[in-house]
Amino acid sequence: MADGSLLMAGELILGPAASGPLLRLTEPVSFWGGVDEKTGRIIDQHHPQFGVCMAGTAMLMGAARGSSSSSSTLLECVRLGTAPAMLLLTERDTILPVGVAAAWEIYGDGPSVVLLAGPLDAHDGERIRVDQLGRIYRSSGIAADGRA
Amino acid sequence: MTRLSDDEAGMLAGASGPAAALSMRVILAAARIQGARRLIPIASAHVDSCLYHGPSSLDFARALVSGGGRVRVPTTLNVGGLDRSRPDLFAGPASHGEAARQLMDSYVEMGCQPTFTCAPYQLPGRPAAGTDVAWAESNAIVFGNSMIGLRTNRYGDLIDICAAITGRVPHAGLHIPENRAAQALFTVEQDALARVDADLLPALLGHHIGRRTGTLIPVLDGLQAVPITEDWGKAFGAAAASSGGVAMFHILGATPEAPDLATAAQGKIPVLSERVTGADLNAAHRQLTTGAPDERLGGVSIGTPHLSARQLRSFAAQLAGREVRVPTYATTSRSVIASEPAAAQGLEACGVTIIRDTCTYFQPDIMDPGGAVMTNSAKWAYYAPAKLGCTVILASQSDCIESAVSGEITLAGHYG
Repeated sequence: MADGSLLMAGELILGPAASGPLLRLTEPVSFWGGVDEKTGRIIDQHHPQFGVCMAGTAMLMGAARGSSSSSSTLLECVRLGTAPAMLLLTERDTILPVGVAAAWEIYGDGPSVVLLAGPLDAHDGERIRVDQLGRIYRSSGIAADGRA
Repeated sequence: MTRLSDDEAGMLAGASGPAAALSMRVILAAARIQGARRLIPIASAHVDSCLYHGPSSLDFARALVSGGGRVRVPTTLNVGGLDRSRPDLFAGPASHGEAARQLMDSYVEMGCQPTFTCAPYQLPGRPAAGTDVAWAESNAIVFGNSMIGLRTNRYGDLIDICAAITGRVPHAGLHIPENRAAQALFTVEQDALARVDADLLPALLGHHIGRRTGTLIPVLDGLQAVPITEDWGKAFGAAAASSGGVAMFHILGATPEAPDLATAAQGKIPVLSERVTGADLNAAHRQLTTGAPDERLGGVSIGTPHLSARQLRSFAAQLAGREVRVPTYATTSRSVIASEPAAAQGLEACGVTIIRDTCTYFQPDIMDPGGAVMTNSAKWAYYAPAKLGCTVILASQSDCIESAVSGEITLAGHYG
């Protein structure tokens, strides 16, 4: 598969074009109680990806688990610079997107949120890029804003 | 695309001030995620955003207050970061305590009632079945939908106050009756019921179902012989909403939308059907018990979610005037304490610390245990190891209380 290939047309809900290495959560995580906002690491000992850092990643996940405080934890992650670069959602769950919407309101910054249309054919760690129209690519090393 | 009424479009355009416009933008982001074509009015809201998570919590609240934010519907508040009536119990940095207090105040300033409880369903005047509300706090959401028949989605922090300020939520999810159908059938084997202490049954079952059901709405069969009280439903729902994302459950013959399977499932066939065995419940107990019985007992915490009036009386009755030898906490609301002054005074006379407005597992600022902590709450057991750095022994209320009195971990119940 060539670099820069189109993987899917998703729906960009919040934020601008963005890119980051794919982090596929194998189980949902509760941000509150499950993520350390100071480091962006998963600290839920019950989670299979315990210890993994989500800062700057293209985080692919289903519905958020557990606490409804997770929107606040994500907002604090944005303030501290430990949030993912983008959220790739497979479920229409609002808990994390709401934290993102608040972050754009208060800080003018945050992850981009993309609703996926189906399974994403990419591996963990591969660089993923989303453009302003919600199209998702394997990144070819071009920056998120489209400049080389 | 979400269609707006004139009133809603006005709010978005700023006619009700900057805070209402900001709130409407957040609501519309959620509506877009959910694919909602319109918004609906809510009768009331329960707001969780008053718990301090860092400077961003205050940044958000201050943006709303300074933008003229004012709730449009009756709004109760979830727990905050400290007990407003007992500032002496807060052992964290003064700046942190002050920030937590300011945050609680700013939500009261927006017109929210200072209830500060995670169990709004235990407050007087709760809404009736079929009412659309916007509740945050995972245990309150699952209780409201399942035990009362309220209609609320899994609202979280930040959107809760936006819903209260606009009086609107997206028409989506559990607000739509067809989306409330049972999808996963769990049949509890009768011999499983005898394998665990009755007091822990809802906690263990809730933890197990939360892990198994994923995003499906579960329905439980096989519990016809178990009295499903509100306290039972509270413990079950809190556990299931911690280990999973459960926002609603049905129990055949017990919860309001589940007189029988056909009604609960709205005539559809459940897509998942599983049996729950005694071994499953024993495994749930092992997952939630991170401490060992020979560890030093560092404390006892009862009341997550907040104790009901009946539970506060039961705690006092079981302690029966005996003094506790380790730090022991009873967590409940101002409202319950006001309705049960004798039980509250009785517990305090035995050395129990009563905590209101907050909970014991958020941060070591309130409870900083020097050893394993015993609790009968699956939710406490789920979160405390990461939040407080302690080990936990999940045990029946009776074992928790006897251990508090003896000062050592004392286990008489059946835990597999």
